Amino acid sequence: MKKDGSPKADSQWPLWEVFVQPPGGAPHEHAGSVHAVDAEHALQNARDVYARRGEGVNIWVVPTNAITSSTPDDMGPFFDPGNDKPYRHPQFYKVPRGVKM
Amino acid sequence: MDAKPTTSDDADRNAEFEARIAHGETIEPKDWMPDRYRKQLVRMMSQHAHSEIVGMLPEGNWVTRAPTLRRKMGLLAKVQDEAGHGLYIYCGTETLGVDRQELVLQLLNGTAKYSSIFNYPTLTWADIGAIGWLVDGAAIVNQTMLAKASYGPYARAMVRICKEENFHKKQGFEIMTTLAGGTPEQRRMAQDALNRWWWPSLMMFGPHDKDSPNSEEMQRWGVKRKSNDELRQRFVNLTVAQAKAINLEIPDPQLRLNEETQNWDFGPIDWDEFWRVVKGDGPCNRERLAARNKAHAEGEWVRIAAAAYANKRAAKIEAA
Repeated sequence: MKKDGSPKADSQWPLWEVFVQPPGGAPHEHAGSVHAVDAEHALQNARDVYARRGEGVNIWVVPTNAITSSTPDDMGPFFDPGNDKPYRHPQFYKVPRGVKM
Repeated sequence: MDAKPTTSDDADRNAEFEARIAHGETIEPKDWMPDRYRKQLVRMMSQHAHSEIVGMLPEGNWVTRAPTLRRKMGLLAKVQDEAGHGLYIYCGTETLGVDRQELVLQLLNGTAKYSSIFNYPTLTWADIGAIGWLVDGAAIVNQTMLAKASYGPYARAMVRICKEENFHKKQGFEIMTTLAGGTPEQRRMAQDALNRWWWPSLMMFGPHDKDSPNSEEMQRWGVKRKSNDELRQRFVNLTVAQAKAINLEIPDPQLRLNEETQNWDFGPIDWDEFWRVVKGDGPCNRERLAARNKAHAEGEWVRIAAAAYANKRAAKIEAA
């Protein structure tokens, strides 16, 4: 990339993350990444690279640098609020013997 | 050759890292990892990606001369897949913090290695059958193992690739089956292709375990789950029965079933040939690199045009 952020011919084009939605209503899933000059180009490359056999009914492309991610170092404290609440799971609750739920 | 922890902090992290591997956890791009793990993965993954890209060349040689439209469609789809596989693995390698452009340049200027098998020529149509059957067959054995590699992006690329390569192997075996059941001349062609591709295919798994220092380290880190020799044996065991089924003879007079181990024992591999080809003196090393460089140079106007178009559109959007 040139300093102004526009793509130059023989340098690395910007990186885009590709999310493909499989047929049957499942959610989009991360498939990989592609380099492309713009969003439309990224969509075409994503189709050619990640959906050659009907793997997808829809594709999202997102500039890689637009993604904010949690960090591995914070993993413990970050997910902690969800880890000590067994009462959020059905197994926590007792049902009289013989009753089908 | 172990990663040398320089501080006690690094030593702790290293111990934690090795424990995670031992527990079968997957290492992800933002996780801490020893420098050497990162370096070895970049080396291994980029070589793998280059192999997919160079692997298009021997087969591309036959696209225009495929004997039927059915064969041509199959071969075109296979060659296109190889391009895709190269891109999956380049994308995985980039997550380790290397620039793809840098990797591509290393391939073009000859400093990067790729699988030596692609430095052999495709002399007849039967070679396309032999490549799909043997070369992709060997690659599947290797990649099925790598689908459980400790580095997440590599493992995920391998899962995707393995799914697609089963088609490659079957289209190759179908070509061999047809030729082996054809006229005497076609049979001879099939046998000749097997004769020429058999030993290079066994070499694809790399040197024997005792001569492969990287291998032990990669196994300790859970990148590889099996050794070169184990994988090679698995490939031989799978392939012998397939050759028999189509009445072709594997060119190894020492090949025999070992009753005790139930493995097919095979004769010695010509490692002098292997190293000669790795070091650049195979039949097609120069030709392959020249073809890659030519394709890259001839694609330059496309890269310039795509960038110019994107810049023009961006300027229009800004002006609006």
